[in-house]
This record gives sequence, C-alpha cells and structure tokens, in this order.
Amino acid sequence: MNSPTRRPLRRILLSTLATATGVLLLLSLKPHTTGGAAAAGGAAATGAPAPSPSATAGPGTGAGSGTGAGTASGTRTVEGDTVQTRYGPVQVRVTLQGGRITAVTAVQVPQDSPRDQEISGFAVPQLTQEALAAQSAHIDTVSGATYTSEGYVQSLQSALDRSGG
Amino acid sequence: MAEAEAGTERCGGRLRRVEHTMGTVFSFDVRGAGARAAAALEAAAAWLCHVDEVFSTYRQDSQVSRLAAGTLALSGCSPEVWEVLGLCEAAERNTGGWFSAGYAGGFDPTGLVKGWAVERAAAMVASAGADAVCVNGGGDVQVHGGPWRIGVSDPLRKGALATVVEADGELAVATSGPAERGCHILDPRTGRPPAEPLASLTVVCRGLTDADVHATAGYAMGGRARAWLESLPGTRAFAVAADGGTWSTAGAA
Repeated sequence: MNSPTRRPLRRILLSTLATATGVLLLLSLKPHTTGGAAAAGGAAATGAPAPSPSATAGPGTGAGSGTGAGTASGTRTVEGDTVQTRYGPVQVRVTLQGGRITAVTAVQVPQDSPRDQEISGFAVPQLTQEALAAQSAHIDTVSGATYTSEGYVQSLQSALDRSGG
Repeated sequence: MAEAEAGTERCGGRLRRVEHTMGTVFSFDVRGAGARAAAALEAAAAWLCHVDEVFSTYRQDSQVSRLAAGTLALSGCSPEVWEVLGLCEAAERNTGGWFSAGYAGGFDPTGLVKGWAVERAAAMVASAGADAVCVNGGGDVQVHGGPWRIGVSDPLRKGALATVVEADGELAVATSGPAERGCHILDPRTGRPPAEPLASLTVVCRGLTDADVHATAGYAMGGRARAWLESLPGTRAFAVAADGGTWSTAGAA
C-alpha cells in the first residue's frame, strides 16, 4: 500500500462494487432453470470493511467490498469479494495505476452449465472493457452497446457519481 | 417478462432506475427531480411494462399476438396499438419501404415500439418538471435537458467508444448494427441481410421514434444510406464501415 489517502481506495472499492453489480445485472436478465446459488437480490458480500459510507450502488443488487495489494511503483490490484448470484459465484479484479483503472478482469465467473458458459464467454470480457471506456470518456450513457453492458455501464457510472468521480 | 427491479435510487435531486422489460434493460437517469418527477418516473417505468404486455410478440396473450393469430379484431385493440400502427405506416412511407413492420408476413411493430416507448417515457418525466432526463432502452437513448454525454460503442473494438454525442436539450441517439444481437435487420426487398453492410449506423435527431426507424432503415440500405440520411431535416448520422472507416453527415441537428 503506497497511498496514504482514502479517496483512491474508495474509488477502487466503488468500481469493484460496480463491476460486481454489473455482472449481477447481466446475469439477471434471463430466466434460468438450473439450480443456482443465492438469488441475486439477496447477494451480499462480506470481507474487509469498506471505508465508503455509500457502499451500495446500482439498482439494488449486490454489495461488495475489496481487498487490495499494491507495489511501490503505484500499480495496485484489488479483488472484489466473491458475490453469489443465482447463476453461481462472480468475482472481479481491478488494476489501478496512479489512481486510474487500467484493467478489470473477471477472476471467477459461473461455469456450471452450457448457458452459463455462453454468458461468461461472451459477456464478461465485453463488460470489463466497457468499464475502461466509460471511465476514461466521462460519459453518462452508451448507445449501441448490448443491453447487458448497457446496464453495466449505468451501474458503474452510478458508483462513480457517488464517489464524486 | 416484466420484472420490476428493486426500485429507484435517489441521490439528492438525482434519480436512477433500471427496468427489465421487453427483453432488454431500460435505464432512467433524472436530474433535478422533485416529488412530481419522481412519481412520473415510477409511472413511466410501469408504462414500459404495460407496453410489453400489449406489444410483445413473445406473449401469446398480447394484443399484437392475438391480432396476428386472428383472435382479436382491430376494432378491439387499444389506442396505443392504433397509434403504433399509424406510426409504422408513416415510417414505411417515409423510408421508401426500407423500414417495414410486415416482417414474416404478420404485423410486427417490434422495430418501432421500443424507440417510441422510450421517447414517451422520457417525455413523461421531463414534463413533470425534472431538469434533465436520460432514458436508455437497450442502447437507444432519449434525453431532455442536460448536459449529457452519450458514448457510441465502437462496433469493431469491443469496449471502446467510436464517438461521443454531447446533448443539451431534447435529443435522441439510436444505433443499429449487427453488433448488438447478430444481424437481425433484413433488407425488406430481398429478405436477406443488407448488401455492403455497415458495422453500425447511429442516427441523432430530436425524437427516438424517428431516430430508431431511420437507423434501422439506413442500416438496411447499407452504403446507400449516406445520401438519404443527408437529405433528412434535423438529423445527423454517424457510421462505422466494415473496414473501420467512419463517416458522418453534415446536417444541422
């Protein structure tokens, strides 16, 4: 941990949280018949205490907090808690350099059924890329994105707005 | 399936709401909202679910499905159906037949209903006194007030933006292309995907019903779309060609 300030960490946590929320939104789109874990609406993550008072984001699904690791060069990675969705566990990792998100990767996505693999293989990579574009361009919304990543960007933006970013 | 989400999130005078219906996601973002605008937001979200009940071709009991099956007469349809029927006919006329609601034989207004519903929903909230309203229905956007920055997805580089539309006032942005769900737009003259297809076509004009119809028709036209879009008053268009080149029309929005 090289940064003594709260704010970047808060941003990280919110971004991580937004990513998890985005995945939840994404996975909540279609009815699903295989037995899942917890329902998305009841998903709650526990872990390191979040410093932010506004620890909920997006349209009411999911909550997360993160654990972080940093280097002296200013590159930090933060892993979100594993969030149980109705399709299985989801976890994301955010990489930051100088307080800016440089990568978002899905650490864990549901793999239990062919349908889940389809969702994971197609949507998750796109989702993570959208986060980068959305943050760098300071946009409010996206035209032309698939409806899944559209929901995601909205959630991310919501979290960024709350953090003042 | 109309699945109401947990509800509306308020932060000061800003409201956000996500509604899952019509097989897609609708995101509302409202600034400067008082109690009346907040109520309008709830009503607009409920109305989108109502539109799905009336127009969904996936619901056997929708008016449009029963109309197609011959178990409901036109005289028994609600005013919304009549309104959309008229809009579909006008759209077909105004696009020289490039937009058609006669897909697969029966009356299928799906290509028009979403944009129309978003336009109406945004107007409801704006007219209730909100300072600024942004409604995004599965990637098609209607705003009032502002300022708003609307990113346009780059169809060839996943996750990147091809351009950003800055809006301050009543404006709609609709994007058509195969990037969304595979190629679902057919040339109504051949019943096949368009010749010389664009990677995506974005149309910006005042209302989303027109923007959506013109984006769909222009996409079906392929390379011929540019000259037609140039001729439309109050409309700007932005396209990404299959080779990655881009063009935009110079019309005054």
